[in-house]
Amino acid sequence: MISLLFILLVPLATALAVSRLTAWPNVREAISLLSGGFLFALVLSLIPSVLDGSQPSYTIAEPIAGLPIQLRAEPLGVIFSATASFLWLVTTLYSIGYMRSHGASNQSRFYAFFAVAITSTMGVAFSANLFTLFLFYELLTFSTYPLVTHTGTVAARKAGRTYLSILLTTSMAFFLVAIVWTWNLSGTGDFKIGGILEDNATPFTIGLLYALFVFGIGKAALMPFHRWLPAAMVAPTPVSALLHAVAVVKAGVFAILKITIYIFGLDLIGETGMSTWLLWVASATIVIASLIALQQDNLKRRLAYSTVSQLSYIVMGAILANSNAILGATMHITMHAVGKITLFFCAGAILVASHKTRVSEMDGLGRRMPFTMAAFFVGAISVAGLPPLGGFWGKWHLALGSLDAGYSILVAVLMVSTLLNIAYLIPIPLRAFFFKGPSQEYCGIKEAPVACLLAMGITAFCSLVLFFYPEPLYQLVIEIVN
Amino acid sequence: MSALGLYNYWIVIFLMMTGFYVVISSGNLVKKIIGLSLFQASVFILYISLGKISNGGPPILREGVELYSNPLPHVLILTAIVVGVSTTALGLSLVVRIKESYGAVEEEEIHRQDESL
Amino acid sequence: MIDSQLLLLQVTLPLIAAPICLLIKSGRACWAIAFIVTISSFSLAAIVFSYVLTYGVLEYNFGGWVAPWGISYRVDIVNGLIALLVSAITTIVLVFARTSVSNEIKNKNQSIFYTAWLLCLAGLLGITVTGDAFNLFVFLEISSLASYVLIAFGQDRRALTASYQYLVMGTIGATFILIGVGLLYAMTGTLNMVDIAARLPQGVTNRTAQTALAFLVVGVGLKLALFPLHLWLPNAYTFAPSAVGAFLAATATKVAIYVLLRFLFTVFGFNFSFEEMPLDLIFVTLGIVAVISASAVAIFQDNVKRMFAYSSVAQIGYMIIGLGLSSKAGLTASILHLFNHAWIKGGIFLALGCVAYKLGSVRLGALAGAGYRMPWTMAAFLLAGLSLIGVPLTAGFISKWYLFEAAIEKDWWLMLIVIVMGSLLSLIYVWRVIEMAYLRRPDHEEEKSEAPLSLLLPTWVLVFASFYFGLDTRLSVGVAHKAAETLIGYSP
Repeated sequence: MISLLFILLVPLATALAVSRLTAWPNVREAISLLSGGFLFALVLSLIPSVLDGSQPSYTIAEPIAGLPIQLRAEPLGVIFSATASFLWLVTTLYSIGYMRSHGASNQSRFYAFFAVAITSTMGVAFSANLFTLFLFYELLTFSTYPLVTHTGTVAARKAGRTYLSILLTTSMAFFLVAIVWTWNLSGTGDFKIGGILEDNATPFTIGLLYALFVFGIGKAALMPFHRWLPAAMVAPTPVSALLHAVAVVKAGVFAILKITIYIFGLDLIGETGMSTWLLWVASATIVIASLIALQQDNLKRRLAYSTVSQLSYIVMGAILANSNAILGATMHITMHAVGKITLFFCAGAILVASHKTRVSEMDGLGRRMPFTMAAFFVGAISVAGLPPLGGFWGKWHLALGSLDAGYSILVAVLMVSTLLNIAYLIPIPLRAFFFKGPSQEYCGIKEAPVACLLAMGITAFCSLVLFFYPEPLYQLVIEIVN
Repeated sequence: MSALGLYNYWIVIFLMMTGFYVVISSGNLVKKIIGLSLFQASVFILYISLGKISNGGPPILREGVELYSNPLPHVLILTAIVVGVSTTALGLSLVVRIKESYGAVEEEEIHRQDESL
Repeated sequence: MIDSQLLLLQVTLPLIAAPICLLIKSGRACWAIAFIVTISSFSLAAIVFSYVLTYGVLEYNFGGWVAPWGISYRVDIVNGLIALLVSAITTIVLVFARTSVSNEIKNKNQSIFYTAWLLCLAGLLGITVTGDAFNLFVFLEISSLASYVLIAFGQDRRALTASYQYLVMGTIGATFILIGVGLLYAMTGTLNMVDIAARLPQGVTNRTAQTALAFLVVGVGLKLALFPLHLWLPNAYTFAPSAVGAFLAATATKVAIYVLLRFLFTVFGFNFSFEEMPLDLIFVTLGIVAVISASAVAIFQDNVKRMFAYSSVAQIGYMIIGLGLSSKAGLTASILHLFNHAWIKGGIFLALGCVAYKLGSVRLGALAGAGYRMPWTMAAFLLAGLSLIGVPLTAGFISKWYLFEAAIEKDWWLMLIVIVMGSLLSLIYVWRVIEMAYLRRPDHEEEKSEAPLSLLLPTWVLVFASFYFGLDTRLSVGVAHKAAETLIGYSP
């Protein structure tokens, strides 16, 4: 089906157009917005055919016999790509306000690589086999590198090195090896419901292979391979918002989910029991990253560690491998994306309006920037997983999944983590509203640009809507787990 | 046949090792080329002596000669000698150019000049 | 049915054109002659290749003398592929050479340059088409002598010492090959390679054959820069004129590997080479050491050409590892990597040639901000570099994938670690250049100064090829597979 190819071509064409339009910033950004909307519409148009069970696919090329570069629309991919493409639209809106008032240089290059990164994300979402997944996964790494090092300072270069070396080392040393191994065991790399490994491997092999995948997908930021994520925070805020809260990191956990469901199969992971130890790694990541986040004074770094911790929820859901856990993990991809991007938008707005990056300097800021801080509050509640915001559903189903699998201790882990989330996120808006800051310093601080406010308003509103109306997500996920 | 009976091999090995030793040990670029020529010449002799057949005459049709030596290795080695001569010529002309630009044909001296750059 | 004389023409065209170039003094005219000859050789190679693809083997006997008596040229799919590769890349690099050479070499010397170039090409093509072991030695020396001359044309005076060093080591290698061929002749009384194979005594331990193999492997190893016999290579590639560096990197070592394949598989046979002699173990060990140590050394180079010269040694290591796996899959991976790497390394060296042309230096420091001054050149370098690392979508990935598969088939998991480590090390040195070119600003802002189209076009053709063969692998993988089958099929 050709519209799958267009899903890749639209952002790619945008990248080309945008890089040629340095002289006309208005045209450039209009094109970015338009193609963002178009892409989202394209993804939505796939939903009916996915729901009725026909999974349209499109083959681009076949470099290795039996391992084509192939795209296929399946429920999980549609959820992820719909989330990413919608948020791309919103982020484009946001970056117009951000980049202009921040006076950033090389904006065309910025928008162009941004669009390439989205292309790769869509490729990951719709990949029909391991090879295609790997290809776009690596492309995503390389296309985001120029964004991370955008400023070109010594700090950016250093962060860029950390970023590239961790992501590439894990992907080549573990992920690629696991792919070749799978290919060798089963003779195929296609994603298939129920998995392709069932009769081909011993439980020990399965356990080892699964570990290779989970650690090899470094974008999932499972400890000890999480350091690239805080490092990537040197990037401009829209990059951190979309890529390092949504596209890149979610591409990682999404890949793990996809491999769990379509390569191993839920039953296989559950039966062999060789992956239990990974649950503890994920739990440890959840708790430790939250504790680290608690100590960060730099707002973006705090949010980054919070992301590390939240990603492991999804990894945990994948490893638990029962229908409730998968449901929770998939919902958490969307819910956390919407919540976390709101927080990053706010962090960027604060930086633009007041040039502040430290949490300790933000006392009393709420009076100057009430809208931004209100949005932050909404986002924080959602990320912490409290009702009445969307983040609640993901955690709820994960907790149910843990009980189904008989690990009541994981529920405790989730509870502790929620408390920690509250401890490191909620005080920020509270202090901004109720503490008094040094007043003379705050003269002249105004609200962020309208485009930024609009963007964070949209995402905050979405968090609310998703709590009351998570129905479409349910319907799509039910397709997989049954 | 005793080990000494194959004396041609001993000669070849002796010449080859001598040539090889000169190439490795000498720091003088001209002497290295001499060593290289010696090294190649030893192989020529190896080929030529291979063609000799015991009690065989030269490969020319003549009365009373039944057994001929094999002429092919000689022909082959003619080509190899041409190759050897060209190598020596090229090597020596390189040495001339090196002498022109460095003013020396000793390896150590050349290294010293390169490192001081 | 095509005329088998085409085989002859492929070699004699450059051989005849070479002295003609010497007589013409104009550099431009010589280039034109060389170009016409090269492109005709390429077309002939393409015709021959398409023939052997369908019919298997094409033979030509000199003077009508049939094999063991006369010299015969014999092309099967293996050398058909190599001849095609060599002539194709030579054509592309020659386009580059026109501008690059007139910049680096005085006009009055250019005719000599193109003479040597054509002789080198004649030698390389001769090696690939001949079926006669001694003839092969002669062509090997023609190409080697010509390449010593080509390297000595470099602007830096260290080109002279590099050429001299190469001459000494190359001659020792050639002499070893001569000894090996002599011993084979002494044993079998024939020089035709297929004939030697038929007459070699099978199934008994044969010390002369073992000695011959040892001499040949060491001799060819010197020519192909097999670790630790690679010492001549870095200086030769670094100080040679840019076009020559690319030409030799993409063709000469590849042809030497072909010679190795031919002797190991066609002449001695798989069983003798890998089961009776412990070559598999030797190759794997040397290959691993080459990949790791040469890549590590490359990281610390300050001269970018030298960096990628060491990288060539490492890449040869991959090919040798593939051979050492001593299986059909391993051999396929080797041939595939030989094919892919020729395009990739050619592209990298041409991009560096563009840099040398415009910036006058290929030291790492000189490249600061080159990404902005020469956007097209550095983009080509970046893409070829990604292919070298083995990022998916590129030709480099395809060869690594097959090497992976071959290693897993043998359950050699250690090999996976080596390949991955090699890739990561190559990432580091490629990225040193990328970071310098894109993320550093030069000390004083300078004008944009892109290389001329005559240099960029051939560079981009090679870069495009290194991506094309990552997507459409019908030619590369299909032929590598058939070639491996053919080579193993020679064994009794």
